[in-house]
Amino acid sequence: MEEERKEMMESSTQDRARREADAPVAPSLEPAPAPSPSGKGWGSHKLDNTAKTVEAKGVDLYYGDFHAVADVSMTIPPNKVTALVGSSGCGKTTFLRAINRMHELTPGAYATGVIEIDGQDIYARNVDPVEVRRLVGMVFQAPNPFPTMSIYENTAAGLNLNSSKVSKSEKDEVVERSLRGAHLWDEVKDRLDKPGSGLSGGQQQRLCIARAIAVEPEVLLMDEPCSALDPVATLAIEDLIQELKNNFTIAIVTHNMQQASRASDYTAFFNLEKSGDPGRLIEIGETTKIFSNPEKKETEDYVSGRFG
Amino acid sequence: MSSFDTTTNAGQILASASGGRRRAGDRIFSNLTVIAGLTILLLLAGVAIFLGGQAWPAITASASELPGGESLVNYVWPLLFGTLLAAALAVLIAVPLATAVALFISHIAPRRLAQPLGYLIDLLAAIPSICYGLWGIAVLGPATVPVTQWLADHVSWIPFFGGPASVTGRTMFTVAMVLALMILPIVSAVAREVFSQTPKRLQEGARALGATRWEVIRMTVLPFGKSALISGSMLGLGRALGETMAVAIILSGSGIISFNLISTSNPSTIAANIALQFPESSGLDVNVLIASGLVLFAITLVVNMGARAIIARTNIQ
Repeated sequence: MEEERKEMMESSTQDRARREADAPVAPSLEPAPAPSPSGKGWGSHKLDNTAKTVEAKGVDLYYGDFHAVADVSMTIPPNKVTALVGSSGCGKTTFLRAINRMHELTPGAYATGVIEIDGQDIYARNVDPVEVRRLVGMVFQAPNPFPTMSIYENTAAGLNLNSSKVSKSEKDEVVERSLRGAHLWDEVKDRLDKPGSGLSGGQQQRLCIARAIAVEPEVLLMDEPCSALDPVATLAIEDLIQELKNNFTIAIVTHNMQQASRASDYTAFFNLEKSGDPGRLIEIGETTKIFSNPEKKETEDYVSGRFG
Repeated sequence: MSSFDTTTNAGQILASASGGRRRAGDRIFSNLTVIAGLTILLLLAGVAIFLGGQAWPAITASASELPGGESLVNYVWPLLFGTLLAAALAVLIAVPLATAVALFISHIAPRRLAQPLGYLIDLLAAIPSICYGLWGIAVLGPATVPVTQWLADHVSWIPFFGGPASVTGRTMFTVAMVLALMILPIVSAVAREVFSQTPKRLQEGARALGATRWEVIRMTVLPFGKSALISGSMLGLGRALGETMAVAIILSGSGIISFNLISTSNPSTIAANIALQFPESSGLDVNVLIASGLVLFAITLVVNMGARAIIARTNIQ
């Protein structure tokens, strides 16, 4: 386990260094990347940068009569990690689920206001929620690989949807690229036909991340992705998030203040005045600022552990 | 001092719990359950012994002594064929329909509609089988005549629709549909129950990938409910195999073996044949009927054991 971790750290630092070197080159003009010396870099299986800006304007969210989130306006910038923090019941998960229109799947739930992705309102009348969810991937609290599917099938699950036909070779390529992108390839490449449920919790969560990035979303939502994982697996996911932000816009809900300060670039603090009131966005800013010198007193109280 | 006392007490309690006798309530309850379990075994063994004992004279008798002067195998085989054909067709019709009904109630229909509809389907199971039989002969049978006529005229090259079509509709075709309707509630109830238990996190996982409602069902609900669907189908098959009155009233069976579903001459089934023949039988004829009942008993047992094996295998995967 220790060795595995070290390997992963090494390969991720290598990748990061290489990507920084590539950074000034526009994606379309990008030359073929040099093969990694260790043989397990990204190689030709590199993910594209598909990140887009998410902009919420006056979003209100309801479960039937219950007003869960009030008047949230915020920007989630591309190629950054934005953490949503706050005490339980403050509406941060509800808001996250509104970004890929999963919120409305709860009977009676609805949303008002505007959420734009790359300038396009995803709540506009002519927008199909199924299409929105293809562009906005999601990783859940507990790993949820499909139990009857193999590791390969799990990763490719999103490719066969909406009656899209993908050739076998193309699928092989996407599966490898996604599993590499989720730092899972080396651990599972010899047992792709085994059930995904046979993996450890941390591996299962990375499989779910691979599944989400296989369809090349623009935004990746993570709802407490590490809450069911041990500290080692948590760190592996956090490393992974640092890499994934090179390709996607990432919003992550977390209860773990250390995680927010370690893994995010921006932090949004949600709170509610008292139980039964709607949750509100109190403050959003650069993570370093939120954690060292927030503007609001209640933000400071929360992030410093004085309540919540 | 007091802490010393406490440990002694704890030691005594532990000793009496591990080595001591069990509580009276536990003992009575455990004995009751053992008795209940044994009763089932005894009943099953009793039925098997009765059938075996009563069938024995027919099994050992020579062909000339038996009714119709045929061997027992020749007598039972057409009935067994009719039984299996009717039950298999019923399952073939009922399972897709039951799956669709179960999916509709558990995942498609709005909650206000789903619940009453579920009750209504369950009510189908409460209709006495004689009523199904009467309905089959009076309503469904005549209604099938134009259909079977058309089938006989146009697709008679398919062995099932060889014709000539019956003008009364008292055919295997009608029987299969009535049986399908009778087993629909049990199959759909089992499927519905399990479909609605599909973990929400799996369904949401599929949704978040951009799956449509049908794709969510295909990716999560159907794989999750597969073994339940198989066991429900087997339960239905068991009921269809043993169903008596509806078949007896609709079919006027002759001892033939034919896949032709729409003609006037149809194989009868074991259960229907027993019901029709038993009141007028005496002596060895009774033993022959009981021997056919033994065959049905064995088949049903095999079907149920097969279902168990399939469920056990799918569960491991």
